[in-house]
Amino acid sequence: MKIRVRLFAMYREALGRGEVELDLADGTTAAQVFDRLFAGTAYEKLPRRTTLYAINQTYQPPATMLRDGDEVAFIPPVAGGLA
Amino acid sequence: MTLSHDQIRRFARHLKLAEIGVDGQEKLAAARIAIVGLGGLGSPAALYLAASGVGTLGLIDADVVDVSNLHRQVLFTAADEGKSKVSVAAARLRAIDGSLDVVEHPVRLGPTNSVPILSSYDVVVDGSDNFPTRYLVNDVCVMLGKPNVFGSVFKFEGQVAVFRPPADPCYRCLFTESPERGLVPDCGEAGVLGVLPGVVGALQATEAIKLVTGAGDLLTGRMLLYDALRMRFREVTIPKNPACPACGESPTIPIEEDYVEACASGDAARTAIEELSPKAAADRKKAGAVFIDVREPEEWEICRIEGSILVPLGELPMRMRELMPLRQAEIVVYCHRGMRSAEAAGFLREAGFANVRNLNGGIQRWSWEVDPSVPRY
Repeated sequence: MKIRVRLFAMYREALGRGEVELDLADGTTAAQVFDRLFAGTAYEKLPRRTTLYAINQTYQPPATMLRDGDEVAFIPPVAGGLA
Repeated sequence: MTLSHDQIRRFARHLKLAEIGVDGQEKLAAARIAIVGLGGLGSPAALYLAASGVGTLGLIDADVVDVSNLHRQVLFTAADEGKSKVSVAAARLRAIDGSLDVVEHPVRLGPTNSVPILSSYDVVVDGSDNFPTRYLVNDVCVMLGKPNVFGSVFKFEGQVAVFRPPADPCYRCLFTESPERGLVPDCGEAGVLGVLPGVVGALQATEAIKLVTGAGDLLTGRMLLYDALRMRFREVTIPKNPACPACGESPTIPIEEDYVEACASGDAARTAIEELSPKAAADRKKAGAVFIDVREPEEWEICRIEGSILVPLGELPMRMRELMPLRQAEIVVYCHRGMRSAEAAGFLREAGFANVRNLNGGIQRWSWEVDPSVPRY
């Protein structure tokens, strides 16, 4: 199945691009996509609770299985504003 | 509250909008809005809320104006350097509208003062710059039942949402826990396009006005993602999380604790690391110590300590193999102001580097005390 990944803020920077297309085995979860993309980066061991997982523009739990044509987005919290 | 003749002339173009009108303008005149942080987000939010006829604005910020604020914090001018942000802002906002009531809170919001301060306002606009304050504002707003207009920026990207429990989700429904220190830049360590918080802060002001007047559809149950570099707005729908530790069915977050003072405290690994003053570090450099710079490449371009090695904090775990030959060497790590390098020093110590020390105050203090030819930023 083909899926599209959208990355935001630090995640975009870590991979050097905001969008990735992947061809994955059926049954792959959003969390598995995150782990595969960020293996070997500073975000590899990031707790799941600190990332917003969205599938087709709606929040979904990380363990959600993806379907062909899905768009999955990984959104980190950003704190900036004042300083 | 009835509008005066002067107010009718001043707000004529609001009064002509069916969605605002006299009723909405009277609601704005009676409204009390708190702005947490008078920075890149708080500046435009405060200016537009003052101009829009909000009756009372509470300004919360303990900081003073710095020249590096001026590229985005449009409340201030070069003449304000070193002055209290709250008092400069209060004068600027009163100059827009003499009938505006500005309440000055020149304090840092913490677990003890946040409930008494925020409880007297109807709406809270969060323009803070660090995770502990963001989570504190969220949790106190949940407890007090106040709507929280959230805005945040990173380089070229912004996030905006209205959190309004109990009906709608809160910040912890999205991000249950604060990220680990060091992984996500805050405290001004990341760059930001100056106009970006202008857009995001204006969006926050828009939502605050809609909350007060009841106009339109609020940005609740969804988060707006703005990408200035590609000029795109996206939206993510967010359901309320029944297991949310702040606004869920059995909340577990106590307001009294858990908010680490931003950018000021350390974990166990860090406290075990010896800090060097710039002069002491300069002596170690002469004696052959290796200097590792853990800032970002863009910061390295601005200035550096000659002879040092650049290893950005985020790349440290991946570049351990390259650094292994230095395991027995004397190492001094530094960053901009000494926080990221403390994180890096702790990491290196745990990885078996025997002789690691942190340059206290970073390259900033180095410039003051050792080498003034290094520009400060």
